[in-house]
Amino acid sequence: MIHWEDEGILLSARPFGENDLIAQVLTKEHGRHAGLVRGGQSRTKRATFEPGNRLHVRWKGRLAEHLGNYDAEVLDNISGRLFDEPGRLAALLSAAAICEQAVPERDHHPVFYEGFLALLAHLESEFWGEVYVRWELAQLSALGFGIDLSGCAGGGDNDQLAYISPKSGRAVSLAAGEPYRDRLFTLPLFLLGKGNGGGDEIAQGLKISGHFIERHLFHPHDRSLPSVRDRLLENFL
Amino acid sequence: MAKSEIDRLAQLLSRLPGLGPRSARRVVLHLMKKRESLMLPLAKAMMEAASSISNCTICGNLDSENPCGICQHPNRDDSKICVVEDVGDLWALERSGAFKGRYHVLGGTLSALDGRGPAQLNINGLLDRASADQVQEIILALSATVDGQTTVHYLSECLAGHEVEVSKLAHGVPVGGSLDYLDDGTLTAALKSRRSTR
Repeated sequence: MIHWEDEGILLSARPFGENDLIAQVLTKEHGRHAGLVRGGQSRTKRATFEPGNRLHVRWKGRLAEHLGNYDAEVLDNISGRLFDEPGRLAALLSAAAICEQAVPERDHHPVFYEGFLALLAHLESEFWGEVYVRWELAQLSALGFGIDLSGCAGGGDNDQLAYISPKSGRAVSLAAGEPYRDRLFTLPLFLLGKGNGGGDEIAQGLKISGHFIERHLFHPHDRSLPSVRDRLLENFL
Repeated sequence: MAKSEIDRLAQLLSRLPGLGPRSARRVVLHLMKKRESLMLPLAKAMMEAASSISNCTICGNLDSENPCGICQHPNRDDSKICVVEDVGDLWALERSGAFKGRYHVLGGTLSALDGRGPAQLNINGLLDRASADQVQEIILALSATVDGQTTVHYLSECLAGHEVEVSKLAHGVPVGGSLDYLDDGTLTAALKSRRSTR
């Protein structure tokens, strides 16, 4: 029998049969890992398996390839604290859905876990919208689809970056992008480290990250972005 | 009865909640032993229920009448509509006897992870009912889960344009509950929703 203990963040828990759940947990040492939770739909266990909760998990299975069984204890019940915050709750669900789609299964990449943990830590802060956009862009970057803000793709002034190309994901300067401005994304200033970003800038950031997440992570699997992400965007419009 | 018919009956019964193949066989044996007193009345009751029970076109409740008994009841409060996830929740509220208004069965909650969106829920029916003059309050009695609360926020936004008060159930310490055994989320919600004792 193989067993391990780890720390993780619950991404999803889907009912299996009458009493059990299949939980997807983003773990610190074992990557995104699924497991069966016996009696997970019971009154005593259901609250443990809410998306975003930080858990101490114990997994055991006869072979490493098996689905195996999870047992868990809550370390931090984050979702419960966000129940009255529609925008932050939408951000939490959207992040969980994107992680479930994007993070490779059973592949140890601490960057995803640490990134999600940092996002959760900031979801209750004032600048959660900005942090969320940065988190999505960091996910893209970790998977090899990051946007490039290091210089102007059109050979323009690197100090005057104002747009992002929806094709290449590279920044474009104000002068070089002017003739094509209708076809380019406006670059929010907070992504250049200028200011904290108001609602308009965060909405613009979400449009940019959403475009690339949909194109690189969801479209290849014939899926569209989760609807909760649209509601998150509406929160800033 | 031929063996194949017993197998078929056991197979169908094993699909019921709480029954597996072994317990389904025990139920079949029990029914066979009480053929006159239980099996035939049960079969008749099931046939009648299957032909007469349907979803209420107003609220979505299950009843043999359409509109259902609750929607037709003359003494219930027309000014309040309680929105529940499914019929089981409606029955739970009715058992408590605490609510004397009308109901609306949503048919589930929004779920980003399972791809269940507003189109899969009975939201348009609720918005139509909220437009009626006599409705003054919509009570969102949905689960204290991430999906349940996401649905509450979505419905609140949808109902923002209607002239009705929108409320939701409180979260907190259950009756008979000890603080020692409560999870952090419930404790936090209970503290947030505290009220003056005076």
